[in-house]
Amino acid sequence: MIPASFEYVVAHSLEETVGLLAKHGSDAKILSGGMSLIPAMKLRLAQPVFIVDVNGVSGLEYIREEHGELRIGAMTREAALERSSLVKHGYPILFETAKVIADPLVRNRATIGGNLAHADPANDHPATMLALGATIVAHGPNGDRLIPIDEFFPSFFASALEPDEVLTEIRIPAPSVRSGGAYIKFERKVGDYAIAAVAVNLTLDDHDTCIAARIGLTNVTDVPARATSAEASLVGHRITEQAIADASRLAAHESDPKSDLRGSAEYKRDLVRVLAGRAIGRAVSRARGGSH
Amino acid sequence: MSMRTVNFTINGEAKSVQAESRQLLVHCIRETLGLTGTHVGCETSHCGACTIHLDGEPVKSCTMFAVQAEGKSLTTVEGLAIGGTLNPVQEGFWEEHGLQCGFCTPGMMMTATALLRTVNEPTETEIREAISGNLCRCTGYVNIVKAIQYAQRKMHATPAPEAVLQGGD
Repeated sequence: MIPASFEYVVAHSLEETVGLLAKHGSDAKILSGGMSLIPAMKLRLAQPVFIVDVNGVSGLEYIREEHGELRIGAMTREAALERSSLVKHGYPILFETAKVIADPLVRNRATIGGNLAHADPANDHPATMLALGATIVAHGPNGDRLIPIDEFFPSFFASALEPDEVLTEIRIPAPSVRSGGAYIKFERKVGDYAIAAVAVNLTLDDHDTCIAARIGLTNVTDVPARATSAEASLVGHRITEQAIADASRLAAHESDPKSDLRGSAEYKRDLVRVLAGRAIGRAVSRARGGSH
Repeated sequence: MSMRTVNFTINGEAKSVQAESRQLLVHCIRETLGLTGTHVGCETSHCGACTIHLDGEPVKSCTMFAVQAEGKSLTTVEGLAIGGTLNPVQEGFWEEHGLQCGFCTPGMMMTATALLRTVNEPTETEIREAISGNLCRCTGYVNIVKAIQYAQRKMHATPAPEAVLQGGD
């Protein structure tokens, strides 16, 4: 379990990071928390020639609200998201997501930026960021570029980042009135990837009619994806038990799980139905002002 | 094979070691420094037998490169006892039979020591969550939880708990 040899450089600024990425192109890989990259390197699934360690770049670990958004620095550790009272009380869907990633020791190192940039459909943040309609900030030779999360996962294990760009920030719209979200993950054991997980974020009007809904799926599609027909079935309707059941069935239909050691495709698809129903129910309860 | 010089503090002692970029921190600790209390279990970031403190936080030393320890303060299980006196967590594992084969024990104790430094009175659920990244295949965890609760009681029975739990800084 020894990684292949590589050259290692600690970058101390974004400019230095971008310069190194520009110089080494696809031979280079960014090391942030390393919780996905290093295991992949040990298995020789990844053999980067050049590692740019961005742990030396200061100013990328923060969680703050500004300009009507929650802004999270890419190097923010999952443990910091878990401990943030702003996240816990203002963005419970994000708290629920961070809390179920890997295990507590891994979360002391793992970063939110790495979780997204890795573009693994089994990772937890992609579905939640799809549900929240987040924006990714990428820094490159020409400065910052904003990438809507819907365009961030173009193909299998690929992100929309250019080889000379580094993910620096995640922006999440501040919750509108009467909105709520939830992330529910089903895993075999702590530390495993989800068998399936569903992220839901929705908004109700004063008459309890759903006026916006986004649903993200974890580990049941080739790339992190939304369940758009399930979303469409909710919008414009009061969220009744029947509406939840219908949307859940649509979400299951939209998922495309593969049979593996975590279960058969049929089992996983039905799990999506069950988890979607629970997540919609919890999101509605939160939108109505409930804490659960 | 290019070697780099890496400087860090481990168990309070400043060290300067030579490491290849790809060397995992756990191998540096065990093989270069001879501190074999930190164990290599699964090597896949799951089991937690390699848990050490990195600037006071418990992390898996099999999932870091040694070169990443530059300028850091590390503590291994060898740094828990001060002057031959077991820290309360170590004493708890002794008193409550918190181990059978002992392979997971160093990592368990590092995680438990960090937990009790940050949470005053963890509930059983919080203890079990905290050690959920440390796998034990012998005990069924019951006595491990008891051992940590023993340490917690011991710390609270002492006037200055900070002074007691000095290992692991």
